[in-house]
Amino acid sequence: MTKADLADKVYEKVGLARKEAVEMIETLFSSMKSILSEGESIKITGFGTFLVRKKSSRRGRNPKTGEEMEITARKVITFKPSLEFKAVVEKA
Amino acid sequence: MTKSVLIEKITEKVSRDIGITKKQTEIVIETVFESIKDALIKGEKVEIRGFGNFKLRSRRARKARNPKTGESVEVPPKKVPYFKVGKELREMINKA
Repeated sequence: MTKADLADKVYEKVGLARKEAVEMIETLFSSMKSILSEGESIKITGFGTFLVRKKSSRRGRNPKTGEEMEITARKVITFKPSLEFKAVVEKA
Repeated sequence: MTKSVLIEKITEKVSRDIGITKKQTEIVIETVFESIKDALIKGEKVEIRGFGNFKLRSRRARKARNPKTGESVEVPPKKVPYFKVGKELREMINKA
């Protein structure tokens, strides 16, 4: 399933033109991206939470060369599914 | 940030181009996340270019203990939702 399929679902469910449905999908994900870029987490009830976590720098090793190097501090996004989401896919 | 704030933001952004109500935006957001769930239940993978992919991961059966009684219990194998962040988003959050 891709953004195009999601746009189809939105087109079927909501009284929007297909082009508008596509625009809604694009706006939804670009808004989520900019919110997360600001370091803010997003909670979607019944689905889960997209968390922005800060990682401090640490020493690592290049697995190929064995060379030791500094892994810089960075932010990562993790997704924590809601209990409901976990329950519905458990037996899938 | 919760769904309701997201609804406000998106309605504001989109209403310049298309006449859309908050209620419609809410239905769009509900539809999107319900559709992602449904696809995963059916065994499909969901790929959102630039944002990330959703899929299910299998967890093996394992033995666990009831922390209250100390009793050993068998936890059956199960599937859990997994999100892999897309390259664009991963790079975006580290630019600021």
